[in-house]
Amino acid sequence: MSPTFEGIIEAFRLILAFDADLLQIVFLSLQVSVTAILLSTLLGVPLGTLLALKPEKKTRLINKVIFTFMGMPPVVGGLIIYLLLSRMGPLGFLDLLYSPTAMIIAQIFLAAPIITGLTMVGVRAKGEEIEETARSLGAGSALAAWTVVKESRFGIFGAIITGFSRVVAEVGAVMIVGGNIAGQTRVMTTAIVLETRKGNFELAIGLGIILLIISFVVNSMLYNIQKGGRSY
Amino acid sequence: MLKIDQLGLKKGLIYAVIGPSGAGKSTLLRIINLLTPPSNGFYYFQGMALPNNGLERLRIQRKMALVFQKTLLFKDSVWNNVAYGLRARGYNRSEINALVDKLLEQVGLKDLAARRADTLSGGEAQRVAIARAVAFNPELLLLDEPTANLDPVNIELIEEMIRKLNREKSITVVMVTHNVFQARRIADQVIFIDKGEIVEMGPTEKIFTDPDHENTRLYVEGKAIF
Repeated sequence: MSPTFEGIIEAFRLILAFDADLLQIVFLSLQVSVTAILLSTLLGVPLGTLLALKPEKKTRLINKVIFTFMGMPPVVGGLIIYLLLSRMGPLGFLDLLYSPTAMIIAQIFLAAPIITGLTMVGVRAKGEEIEETARSLGAGSALAAWTVVKESRFGIFGAIITGFSRVVAEVGAVMIVGGNIAGQTRVMTTAIVLETRKGNFELAIGLGIILLIISFVVNSMLYNIQKGGRSY
Repeated sequence: MLKIDQLGLKKGLIYAVIGPSGAGKSTLLRIINLLTPPSNGFYYFQGMALPNNGLERLRIQRKMALVFQKTLLFKDSVWNNVAYGLRARGYNRSEINALVDKLLEQVGLKDLAARRADTLSGGEAQRVAIARAVAFNPELLLLDEPTANLDPVNIELIEEMIRKLNREKSITVVMVTHNVFQARRIADQVIFIDKGEIVEMGPTEKIFTDPDHENTRLYVEGKAIF
C-alpha cells in the first residue's frame, strides 16, 4: 500500500478514534490561529480603513512598509519575535517564549499586515464615495467609518480569509517561537514536519488531510459570510 | 476653484444651477453641504455662522441632504437605505418605522421596500436616493444632476417627486442640471455659473427671456461660450 493511501486511512482512523493527542494538536492549532486572526482583524481592519480614507500622498511610506511586511517570510517573522521575546530581548521579562502566546504574537505579526493591506486596497476602491454619501446623510465620523467597513465587507472578508490561510498553514514562525513541544506548543504544521523527519509519512499525511479539512471548513464559513454581502 | 462674491438662498424655493462642464456647479453643492469647507469668506446657515466645532458643523450638516450625481445606495434593502439618515439622527425604532413607511407610500416606492437596492434600475435607484435624502425632512435638499442618463419617463417621475417634496414639505431645493429645459420647467430661480464664478442669478423666466449677461443668453440658447 502506498504511503499516501495509508495516510488517508490513518487520517480517518485518527479522526474516528478521537485520538487524544491528535485532538490536543488540532485544538491548539485552532486556538492559536483563530486567536491570532481575531486580534489581527481587530487591528488590521480599522487601520486599513483609516489608511484607505486618508489621501494616498500622506500614507505612501506606511503603505510601502505594510506591503513589504505582507510578503515577509514566516521564518524571518518568527526570528524577529524570537529575538524580542528571548531572555536577552527587550520583552524577555515577560517569559513568553515557547508558549502558545508567543505563537499567537508571531502569527499576528504575519497576518496583521495582510489584513491591513488588503483591507486598505478593498476600502480604497469606493471608500471615499461611501464615506461622503454617509456624511451627506448626516452620519458622524464613527457611523461614516462603520458604514465604509460594512459596505466594503466583501473585500474585508477576502482579507481575513487570506490572513487565516497564511497563518494556519504557516510552520516557520511557530516552530521558532513555539519550539514544537509535545502537549504544549505542538500544532499541526510543526507535527507534520516532525513526523516527516521521523519517516512517519502516514501520520504526516493524515495530519495534512485534517489540516486541509479544517482550513476548508473555516474558509467555507468565511466565504459564506462574505457571499451574504456581495455586490451584484 | 470657485469664487463666490455672495449667494443667498430663500426658503421654500427651487433653484437650478446651470453652466458649462467644469464651471464649479458640483463644487458649489459640496461647499453648501460642508463636504468641502470654504477656504475663506463667510458661510451662514439660517443666520448662524459656520462654527469651528465639529459637532456644531454636523448639526448644520444634518439640516440638509446631498444626492450625488453618481447614486450610491448601500448594499441593503430599499427600506434600510431610506431609514439610514433617521438612524444617524438617533430616531427610535417606532418613529423610523412610521416615517419610512409613510415616505415610501408618498413617493410611490412602497412596492420596492423589501428589494435589495443593488437590484434596482437607474430610475428606481435615483428615486430611492432622493427618498433617502428627504426621509429626515431636511430644510435644504441639494441634487447634483438627479436625472442624468435617465429616460424621459423617469425624468418626469423625478421632476414630479422634487416638485411634490418642495410643495408639501417646503424643502428648499438646489439642483445642478445640464438640461436648461429642465431648469426652466422646474426652478423658481436660476443660478448661472461659468469659470468658477456666479455670472447671474434671478427668476427663471428673466434668465431665459431677458438675461443681464451675454454669456447667460448664449448658454440658455444652447450656444457655445468662449
